[in-house]
Amino acid sequence: MSGTIRTLVRDGLWDNNVVFAQMLALCPAMAVTTSGTNGLGMGLASTAVLVVANVLVSLLRHIISPQVRIPVFIVLIASLVTVVDMVLNAWLHELYKVLGLFIALIVVNCAILGRAEAFASRSNPWHALIDGLAMGIGFTGALTLIGLIREFLGSGTLFAQASQLLGPAFSFLEIRVAGYGGALLMILPPGAFAVLGFLLAGKRVIDARREARAAAAATPATA
Amino acid sequence: MTNTYNASRTFASPHAHGGSGVRHTMVRVQFALLPATLFGFWLYGWPAFFLWLITLLSCLAFEFMSLRLMGRQQIGRTLGDGSALLTGWLLAMTLPPWAPWWVGVVGAFIAIVIGKQVFGGLGHNVFNPAMVARVALLISFPLPLTTWVAPLPLTSAAAPGFVEGLQITLGQMHLTDAMSSATLLGYAKTELSRGVDLVQALAGDHAPGLSWSGIRAGSLGESAAVLILAGGLFLLVTGVIRWQAPLGVLAGVAVPAAIAHAVAPGHYLDAGTHLLSGALMLGAFFIATDYVTSPTTGQGQLIFGLGVGLITWVIRSLGGYPEGVAFAILLMNALTPIIDRYTKPRILGRTRAGRPIDPPPVGKGA
Repeated sequence: MSGTIRTLVRDGLWDNNVVFAQMLALCPAMAVTTSGTNGLGMGLASTAVLVVANVLVSLLRHIISPQVRIPVFIVLIASLVTVVDMVLNAWLHELYKVLGLFIALIVVNCAILGRAEAFASRSNPWHALIDGLAMGIGFTGALTLIGLIREFLGSGTLFAQASQLLGPAFSFLEIRVAGYGGALLMILPPGAFAVLGFLLAGKRVIDARREARAAAAATPATA
Repeated sequence: MTNTYNASRTFASPHAHGGSGVRHTMVRVQFALLPATLFGFWLYGWPAFFLWLITLLSCLAFEFMSLRLMGRQQIGRTLGDGSALLTGWLLAMTLPPWAPWWVGVVGAFIAIVIGKQVFGGLGHNVFNPAMVARVALLISFPLPLTTWVAPLPLTSAAAPGFVEGLQITLGQMHLTDAMSSATLLGYAKTELSRGVDLVQALAGDHAPGLSWSGIRAGSLGESAAVLILAGGLFLLVTGVIRWQAPLGVLAGVAVPAAIAHAVAPGHYLDAGTHLLSGALMLGAFFIATDYVTSPTTGQGQLIFGLGVGLITWVIRSLGGYPEGVAFAILLMNALTPIIDRYTKPRILGRTRAGRPIDPPPVGKGA
């Protein structure tokens, strides 16, 4: 793996994570994540759109004139979202019933337009593909994490209904905490804000520690 | 203090200090809460004391934890100023006295960490921490937060002993139906929803006259309305709080309640019952007067109080919840910056709009 690719992957997963660093796409990150399964489903759907959109924009980047690039990007993304919408409706209908409203909103997910504008439109298709994948997986991870925490605190389950999304083979993921009724607030919007806030604070703490360690390692032990 | 004035040094304001500090104020407020709290301990027995203790200790623990995590200096001093203690105390006053221990711990976490320290600590919070916790608990755990116990004074035979009380707080014992009881406001709401006229419903055992004695189901700060009122008056006299906000709250509830009761006594409780029920006294004197989350000027505090009272009455009479003081205070907390903006005192020598009064005459040559 060359250095560029490694940077791209690191950026997408951690350093420049869509939710935790760029603070983009917070609407789905808060609205959909009432359970881990919902977060995972939304993340995967967005990743699919993001990867294909990135590659297409990258391929077409020399043809699209800068003046009309935004409408072109949006039309591209909207077509892809429609495809994902129909695919989900056809094959994952149960999940579609939960996420349906939000799938259409992937069109206006600023993370996807942001990657098209900031990265794909000035990179080669290979890098755009890697970037889309890394960003998408980082986004999926963030949504799943927020969803899991809220689900666990709010209803005392983990990955409820995961088998509907991933197939019966994954029903082992579904965990129920016995004797815990759950704090309803965590499922409601304030819970999303609180969880996201604490996760952001946690990431900053980890980053600060890592920087401090790197700085300590970089300075020779003179003192 | 040896005050050798050094002309080369500049001193930042305030140049005159009243001598009162955070700690001083907090201790006074806690002193004012003491009679009602002791009465509550007597009325509801050991479980009430344990819940109170757990809530206070958890508040201190979470305050310490937050300050450590944020890397603050002088943790001991901040802990000792009594603000976390007071938040916990106020929260405990609004909880059902026999609630299990984790209600106090979770409530303390919400109050101190989410309600206060996340915003930057004392003085920076937008919403009153105790009320944030109260509302969050009510929404999250409706069942334990609405299970009220009938008063069993410590001196009575049926009152739980020390060990039994501990078991109740630790959730080892389940309340029997015979022990639980509805608060007056809750009872009135239930009866109304069953289609029973309030005039009939409140006859006999549930006569509002009982409110005065304070011996009835409710939270610590709810039963002893008179003692809370006394504590509030003490704060007024000692100058810790001003009269505008409490008066606003009480008037905001009493006026619409009196009008509505006069029009339809079968549907609306009378003003006296409203004033003495629920957390209204506590809210009026101890919560609505919070320095941090209420407006600065007297005029603003009056508007704030009236808003709290009116919203409380609307929630109690027309809403789904029997009690609405906490919601009302949070809603008005959110409006505090706007109230402050429109009740700014006039700057000396300027109009309200900020233009100078009587501008110096402009000379021809200038």
